Amino acid sequence: MAQQTALPPAEQPTAPAPSRTSATDVAGLGRGRAAAFVAPAMLLVAVFLVFPALWTLYIGVTNYRLTGVQARTPEIVGVDNYVDALGDPTFHNALFLTLVFVLFSAVLGQNLLGFALARSLATLRPVMRRVVESLVLLAWIIPSSIVAFLWLALLDRDAGTLNALLQTPGLAWLIDYPLVSIIVFNIWRGTAFSMLLYSAALASVPPSQLETARLVGASRWQTLRDVVFPHIRGHVLTNTLLISLWTFNDFTPFLITAGGPNDRTEVLPVYIYNTAISGGQMGYGAAVSLIMLVINLIIALFYIRLLRERR
Amino acid sequence: MSIVTPREMVGRIGFYVLVGLVTAFFALPMLWLVATPFDDQPGLALSVPDPTLGNFSELLDNRLALPSLLNSILLAAGTALLVVVFAATAAYALSRVRIPGRDIMLYLLLLLSSIVTGTAAMVPIFLLMFELGLIDSRVGVVLVLSGGLLPAAIFILKDFMDSVPKSYEESARVFGASSFQILRDVVVPVIRPGLATIAVWTIVNVWGNFLVPFILLRDADKQPAAVLMRTFYTEGGSPNLALISTFSLLFSIPVIAMYLFVNRRYGFRFYGGIKS
Amino acid sequence: MRRIARIIAVTTGLALVATGCLGQSEDEPEDTQRGADATEVTLTIAANAVSGGKNAEEADWIENYVIPEFVAQQEADGVDVTVEFQSSGVDDEDYKSKIALDLRTGSGADIVSLDGIWVGEFAEAGYVLPLTEVVGDTVDEWDGWEQIPDAVQANMSFNDERYGVPAGSDGRVLFYNKELFAQAGLPEDWQPTSWEEILDAGRALQGIEGVTPIQLNAGTAMGEATTMQGVLPLLVGTGQRIYDEDAGTWQGNTQNIRDVLGLYQSVYGEGLGDPTLQQEAQGRDKSFAEFAAGTVGILMEGDYFWRSVIEPTAGVAPMPNRDEVVGFTKLPAMEPGSGIDGQDFVSMSGGGGRVLNPATEFPQQAWELLTFMNSAEATTELVGDGARLTQRQDVNDELLANDPMLSFIADEVVPLSAYRPGLAVYPQISVALQQATLDVVTGMTPEEAAASYQDAVEAALGSADDIASD
Repeated sequence: MAQQTALPPAEQPTAPAPSRTSATDVAGLGRGRAAAFVAPAMLLVAVFLVFPALWTLYIGVTNYRLTGVQARTPEIVGVDNYVDALGDPTFHNALFLTLVFVLFSAVLGQNLLGFALARSLATLRPVMRRVVESLVLLAWIIPSSIVAFLWLALLDRDAGTLNALLQTPGLAWLIDYPLVSIIVFNIWRGTAFSMLLYSAALASVPPSQLETARLVGASRWQTLRDVVFPHIRGHVLTNTLLISLWTFNDFTPFLITAGGPNDRTEVLPVYIYNTAISGGQMGYGAAVSLIMLVINLIIALFYIRLLRERR
Repeated sequence: MSIVTPREMVGRIGFYVLVGLVTAFFALPMLWLVATPFDDQPGLALSVPDPTLGNFSELLDNRLALPSLLNSILLAAGTALLVVVFAATAAYALSRVRIPGRDIMLYLLLLLSSIVTGTAAMVPIFLLMFELGLIDSRVGVVLVLSGGLLPAAIFILKDFMDSVPKSYEESARVFGASSFQILRDVVVPVIRPGLATIAVWTIVNVWGNFLVPFILLRDADKQPAAVLMRTFYTEGGSPNLALISTFSLLFSIPVIAMYLFVNRRYGFRFYGGIKS
Repeated sequence: MRRIARIIAVTTGLALVATGCLGQSEDEPEDTQRGADATEVTLTIAANAVSGGKNAEEADWIENYVIPEFVAQQEADGVDVTVEFQSSGVDDEDYKSKIALDLRTGSGADIVSLDGIWVGEFAEAGYVLPLTEVVGDTVDEWDGWEQIPDAVQANMSFNDERYGVPAGSDGRVLFYNKELFAQAGLPEDWQPTSWEEILDAGRALQGIEGVTPIQLNAGTAMGEATTMQGVLPLLVGTGQRIYDEDAGTWQGNTQNIRDVLGLYQSVYGEGLGDPTLQQEAQGRDKSFAEFAAGTVGILMEGDYFWRSVIEPTAGVAPMPNRDEVVGFTKLPAMEPGSGIDGQDFVSMSGGGGRVLNPATEFPQQAWELLTFMNSAEATTELVGDGARLTQRQDVNDELLANDPMLSFIADEVVPLSAYRPGLAVYPQISVALQQATLDVVTGMTPEEAAASYQDAVEAALGSADDIASD
């Protein structure tokens, strides 16, 4: 997330003790006003996010259910929920599928396609650009419950549009290629965010530098690597981090494959739904949520390391 | 570009073919959405319909249909306002002033925000809102949604704030502008594309959110369109494709319109790619 | 970092304090006569129904008939009543979460619709109470009970106490396509007496091009439809319920379960069913569409299928010639006499009802409204021009005479029917059963599938103590 001009990373152990007003505080905010600027957001976040989230984590060490005896008298079961989850082969399967799903659909698919769109659409005529952009965005803003129908209609084995186009009647895409199907689906679904973010980020690349690169005859790839990328490095990290996190927690594949056939698309949110939520086992569901959080944390640390090292 | 070499020509054609393929990829699934609302026998099969407006009149008979879109707009606008304003001020301060543990805190908040979207978190959220007396209140829904979206919004905006040259602010400060004025008059115009991105992203998230408004609101007249969409099923769970497809179409239009408006007014401007 | 640590510490502390109200304290029994003399009364009805959407008839009935009629009645008695309707009309699980949260906080509507299967878990959680505890002994004096069959009443009862008034009933039968039967040389008036005869009919249908002989719901994608219109009706045909209330045991890896899975193996192993369809997310809707298109021979479903799916005009998969083409017949036990209680034919039933919120301010008036909603007049009004099985025998006798299918269900099927156990762990057992059928459909033997089913049940219950296996 850090730009060249940004502050030294806070985790860095050698960072000097902060002075009252940092040297980089060009706006002259000062601690007090800075706190006032941060306060409204933090208050909202503390009350409506942190508080329920920690409460959820607490539920994760109980056998709480929404209904039944355990709703009246939940018991603390300690790490039982965690032991159960980590020892469940279905969980391992779900974790593996999720990682593959995130890697191909978000980290590679949405990221690259989103960037390519952001960069190349600028060279199109405005009308065409609007059309393509609107289509990409439409895929993103239609709510999941509808999107599911669009894709079921596209991939249906008997009446599907794709089979009609490819002249492959009776091919059950969602049964024969389930994981590939939901990966392609998720690229379609989520590319818009990467496209938007990269479009906005590319605006921060000074045109003069691009002009210079063109004048010295740099190839397209060289321009990208040496001029564009350094400017948007922080955005690349943020974008990858966010879309990974969101894809990791995305429940939409359930609407298309219901986790099937035979758990072959049972990504973690679907696993939580199938094993915990449908049985009302809030405690177990909350525990798996925390495990997912920790895995996301590891992924985030990995990204940060990867994108910092090259500086 | 007066002289076009054959190689450039091939590249150009290849580029348009690629754009065409990508467009087709994004457009193909939408065909159903465009055709089915006008089909008098709606099903999963894509058919060139014998055009009818019957589905629309059936939908408009539902007295909740249009008001629910208005409710969605209220929730989305309220949340977008809170998120954009609070995220901008917070991101600005976090970008300019060293607060110890800032990055770690942002990561943690971001990760926590993924927990509270699940069903397991609905129990705490409901009980909290109950204690606060915010059940059946649109304000309550806006607050919960904002709390969940703010961390990511701050996260994204901080990058944009970081890339604003500090010299602008220094000059403004020399002329005696207050911190808020600097933010409003100097920083915000520079990061407008970032703010527009956040606004669109927030609205999209609220627009599709079913669980939070459903759990927190009681009065059917306050429910947004995403909740109403879930009512077009039979008791056995079979979808009423006529109503669903028709409402989907109506449901998408405001968001697309909003995007085109934001795009025109605040512009996701490009410097980089413009060919002279 | 210290600051973060402090923020976390404080919020954790708050969370721990708040979790005090995660569980529920025992409430003092409240005065059942509270608010009985009030002259200004507000009552709220909550149902998973919404005008223009799911269960629209019920929503319209509440808004256009129940509320104005009841208000007028009360006005005549000098009571100023306001009745509000909280409509939902969403997925049952979402509705369940919402009302569970309402009830646990002592808020929510005065009259709440509940699926019969939820009554036990809501009672165990302390969200609902027996009607006599909320209202008093006047409940037992209501004359409507005489019209509601005991089996139907049991659906809204728990531990032999009535928690609510049922709002209807249903039953499962085999539907078949008479045209296909004629083509295959099968009798138009078909009544199989064993599973083997169903398979024989399927084998005869197998010869017709492009036809799936039998649709027997299987797999997890179908969800509860696999359990309710698949495993459980078959299981009661082997002489066992999924949960034996007297012994307090669940069916594990038993001969009965293996027999049921054996039938799945015959259907899908011999190509009598379409295994791919069972795994598709919209498989059930698709099976409906295929049956309506005349490409499915035999399908097990509830009467819901008849009145809402293939209903000639308003169904989701309308069949204009339904009345001529579609036959229905009772589901036979595995062998004659092998069903529960020695029955030759079996069925499963579900259905919902309405309970009173224990936290209501006006228990007497709420009960009055509830009995009004379940009066013969109001029930008749709800059915209107449609035809559906009501909870009341008198109304059924009158209204269903014109609908052979529904009177068949009311007279012949419902008396044979069994119900699911209303325990909080049931949904997990149900998923385990669905997985077992999926395992068989995708090639496992019934023995292997039953063994992994046993493991899943043990995991759900936390031990093997309450599981029957042999």
